[in-house]
Amino acid sequence: MEANVEARPVIKIEAPAVRQDEGALPAEQHELKMAARDVNLWYGEKQALFDVSLDIFARQVTALIGPSGCGKSTFIRCLNRMNDVIEGCRMKGDIALDGEDVYAPQVDPVQLRARVGMVFQKPNPFPKSIYENVAYGPRIHGLAHSKAELDEIVLKSLIRAGLYEEVKDRLNEPGTGLSGGQQQRLCIARAISVDPEVLLMDEPCSALDPIATARIEALMEELKETFCIVIVTHSMQQAARVSQRTAFFHLGKLVEVDETTKMFTNPSETRTQDYITGRFG
Amino acid sequence: MSDAQTVDRQQPRMGDWASADSRRRLRRRYAADRRLQAYGIIAIGLAVGLLGVLVTSLVITGAPAFLQTKVDLEIYVDPAKVDAQDPAKGNFRLLVREAMTPYIPTDATDKEKTEVTKILTSDAAYILRDYVVAHPDTIGKRITLPIAVSDPFDQLNKGVIPKKVEALTWSQELYFERLKNRDVVVEEGGRTSLKLDVYIDPAKVEMGPPPSGDFAALARDSLQAYLPDVHDTALFALLADDVPDAIKLRVEADPSLIGKTVQVVFPVAQPVAELAKGETPMVLNPRFSPVQIQAFEAMEEKGIVRTPFNWDLFFNADSRFPERAGLAGAITGSFYALLVCFLLSFPIGISAAIYLEEFAPKNRLTDLIEVNINNLAAVPSVVFGLLGLAVFLGFFGLPRSAPLVGGMVLSLMTLPTIIIATRAALKAVPPSIREAALGIGASKHQVVLHHVLPLAMPGILTGTIIGMAQALGETAPLLLIGMNAFIPSVESMGVLEPATALPTQIYSWADSPERGFVSRTSAAILVLLAFLVVMNMVAVALRHMFERKW
Repeated sequence: MEANVEARPVIKIEAPAVRQDEGALPAEQHELKMAARDVNLWYGEKQALFDVSLDIFARQVTALIGPSGCGKSTFIRCLNRMNDVIEGCRMKGDIALDGEDVYAPQVDPVQLRARVGMVFQKPNPFPKSIYENVAYGPRIHGLAHSKAELDEIVLKSLIRAGLYEEVKDRLNEPGTGLSGGQQQRLCIARAISVDPEVLLMDEPCSALDPIATARIEALMEELKETFCIVIVTHSMQQAARVSQRTAFFHLGKLVEVDETTKMFTNPSETRTQDYITGRFG
Repeated sequence: MSDAQTVDRQQPRMGDWASADSRRRLRRRYAADRRLQAYGIIAIGLAVGLLGVLVTSLVITGAPAFLQTKVDLEIYVDPAKVDAQDPAKGNFRLLVREAMTPYIPTDATDKEKTEVTKILTSDAAYILRDYVVAHPDTIGKRITLPIAVSDPFDQLNKGVIPKKVEALTWSQELYFERLKNRDVVVEEGGRTSLKLDVYIDPAKVEMGPPPSGDFAALARDSLQAYLPDVHDTALFALLADDVPDAIKLRVEADPSLIGKTVQVVFPVAQPVAELAKGETPMVLNPRFSPVQIQAFEAMEEKGIVRTPFNWDLFFNADSRFPERAGLAGAITGSFYALLVCFLLSFPIGISAAIYLEEFAPKNRLTDLIEVNINNLAAVPSVVFGLLGLAVFLGFFGLPRSAPLVGGMVLSLMTLPTIIIATRAALKAVPPSIREAALGIGASKHQVVLHHVLPLAMPGILTGTIIGMAQALGETAPLLLIGMNAFIPSVESMGVLEPATALPTQIYSWADSPERGFVSRTSAAILVLLAFLVVMNMVAVALRHMFERKW
């Protein structure tokens, strides 16, 4: 079931929606990767997002924080049109990837999802071998033309996900036999195997212990050199550790978005202040 | 503050776990737990017990059918009666008859000779013919061929029916007992007799001389007078055959008795005399003639009567004679019908389930379809049979009794089962797998074919095999489309040829009057159950196979 997408012309979102007073970012980090404008979303009759406008920049980590049910997961699922498959889900507004409307009729959601990869809350490797897990994406997208090329992609992805050393002797064993943290890194390897431009991570560490979490965070630090990463997290510390920009969602609305350092030290909104200091949520 | 604390200590706490009330609650809770467990154990015990009774009774009645009494008959294949050029045209009936000669008493009449050949199955000549046609080099030689005996002798040899039966029924014994209580039973001239008053009815007796008339009727009337409430001709069988003569002699000696009532001594029949002596009178089972028993005993003495395992039960097709009847035709028919059923319902069922579960929009139409599929699973199978009769046979004009139509009707029945099982299996696949595949950019069909379907396969296969097992045991729809044909040979069978199936074969056998079909019906049910068990084991094995595959 495709979401109701109204036919409309391709829009070009050239200028960042950042306010002028936010121009404290280094110039090379101002490269706009994705932009959302006035995104409204309904699950059936219930509205889950209200006029969300957010910019996501390349080569940095954007963290989405907020209490449960505030719409942050819903929002990142809009970015790669994962909400399309949800029954009765309706969206209004514009989301652009490199200035191209991702909800335009000529955009194929399947291709979009290859460009905007996703890692989920619960590690969900396929019940196949470790090798097959990583090789699946390149295979269906025809990225490898020979077994050797495919082997190389799998190898490279596993190395980049920091998993290779641990699994190099058992690539043919089931991916579900790994530990939780390893499984999540396998999912990251799987997601980056198709060389996406944006990596969406929906609470990737919520099911992991602190050691595995630390590994994933270190990994994100490395990956942000190449990818644009959007992470949803419940952990304020995590957002502070890994992200450069933080967006605070509350009751389906984007309350505030700013540099992480500013958000955690001197937020402009009192609601942000209250949430970060633990007064609610 | 301190006051409040003292008050608190004196009052019983809300949750006082040591109080009598609390202990009683605990006891009750334990009792309820135990009760619930006991109900479950009783239910399981009942189910297992009933199943045990069913299987045991089937095994006990069915066991004799797995053995078949055969006679190793030495037959001289006379070249004068079998043409070596065209062996199929020989007079095999005569050859079999000749082979039986050594066991026929020399003074036997033609009727008795025929009776003796009836020890063998009526198919004996065909068994011989088939053997000689297959082995033409035996012409002119003496061969020993195991030939099944006819049903009564098979039953006799297995001890299912006795050689001798009680001569008197229990009601006859009762009548005799009542006569004894009337003190009319006497010993006269060394014979047990009844001393009865007889009214010599002038309407029934001519004075003669010699006197003539229906003396037997007089005897019957007089006996009836003693037991006026009995209206049963078996009563008169108590009297010996020479009773009318006894009256005749009396009347001859004294013609003036006509029109009077006299006391006559009636000798009783031989079995009754034995009963009077306190023995249990026995006679030869009326199914056998004395000459048959004599011949059969002669064969047994010679050691040619054997009871080998009854392979015919599996490799013969149906026959009117239980000793020759087998299940090969039914098994073949069931196999063809199930094959057609599987080829139709498996792909259609899975496609329908995938569409409904993964692709179909939720609207009134799909809701209606869904409700109807669930309802179809509850439709009595006989209705599907009628549908098949009306549509497949009546409208499309497909061949009657054919496994093709049988399989089509059965697939109507299994389709809902497969669709429901497949949908349940698809639903049980964790959504995280779908998300993972979608998240990496798999299209809808790739998600379904590469990830969801393989994971759902064990469930789908289990559902399918359960549906197939249901179809295997289904009788009513097959009866309606005539798939209970009499198939005496497996060679002619095909998907479009008339056929029978296991359950319909059981149905026809259960309907047959011959004693041998009683055990064969049970044996056929056991074979059907064995197939079901095997199918379920295959389902379990497939489950394991697919679950281990990574």
